Amino acid sequence: MYYRALGFQKDYAWASHDDIPFSPPKIPLSQATVALVTTAVVDASIPKPVREANSYPIVDVPDHFDTSELSWDKETTHTKDRESYFPINDLRARELRQEFKALAPRFHFVPTEYSQRHTIETDAPLITRHCLEDAVDLAILIPL
Amino acid sequence: MTARTLEAAGIATVVIGSALDILRTAGTPRVIFNDLPLGNPVGKPFDRDMQHRTVSAAFELLFSAEAPGAVKTLPHQWSTQDAWRENFMAVRAEDAATLEALGRATQATRLENKAKGLFRR
Repeated sequence: MYYRALGFQKDYAWASHDDIPFSPPKIPLSQATVALVTTAVVDASIPKPVREANSYPIVDVPDHFDTSELSWDKETTHTKDRESYFPINDLRARELRQEFKALAPRFHFVPTEYSQRHTIETDAPLITRHCLEDAVDLAILIPL
Repeated sequence: MTARTLEAAGIATVVIGSALDILRTAGTPRVIFNDLPLGNPVGKPFDRDMQHRTVSAAFELLFSAEAPGAVKTLPHQWSTQDAWRENFMAVRAEDAATLEALGRATQATRLENKAKGLFRR
């Protein structure tokens, strides 16, 4: 309805899949390497239409991500608290308590793409490759 | 959809989100659902207890889910008032002209970007 009110002829067709891949964890949490994936923008100097997935050192998490171009409820809330969408401090505390083995050396940005093809053919495979290189066991994905 | 690719490669995933219908339709392997306004999927801003509970629930679901498409809904609430649900992406008669203008502007920007070569191939 919202899309039509904007004057588009058709509703946006969200990705739809009946089959769901599923890989239960292979090791206990205490031995797991954990990666974090976000849609919040790390490098806003790259224009939105050409933004691609990328990975960044976990030791260089920005104090603030750019969320201005993402679709969230700007009337009701705000994104001034990074932990509310990228809980890195909570995860670091868990790592120190040895709840899991370690945070992966990189975290990952995936753009919210209008084109599902870009996500399926380019962005998701890139992030997956990086996670495999980092020997990631568990990934927590937090889309805004 | 990134979760699906990771999972197919043998990495267990959990998505923490507030847009349950989209995540369900997309075929997401495991979902922690916080029924909050879009923007703070982990919990209300500066509510460290809520955020901590959400992350704990995510780890629990990673190990407890026995079948794909597992969804755990957390009992967190934004407030006792539900007005925020009515407001987000609302289509009201009085806003019709504004929304139409917004749509036209969006399409114009897309075309401009295309002309400038600002698009992914």
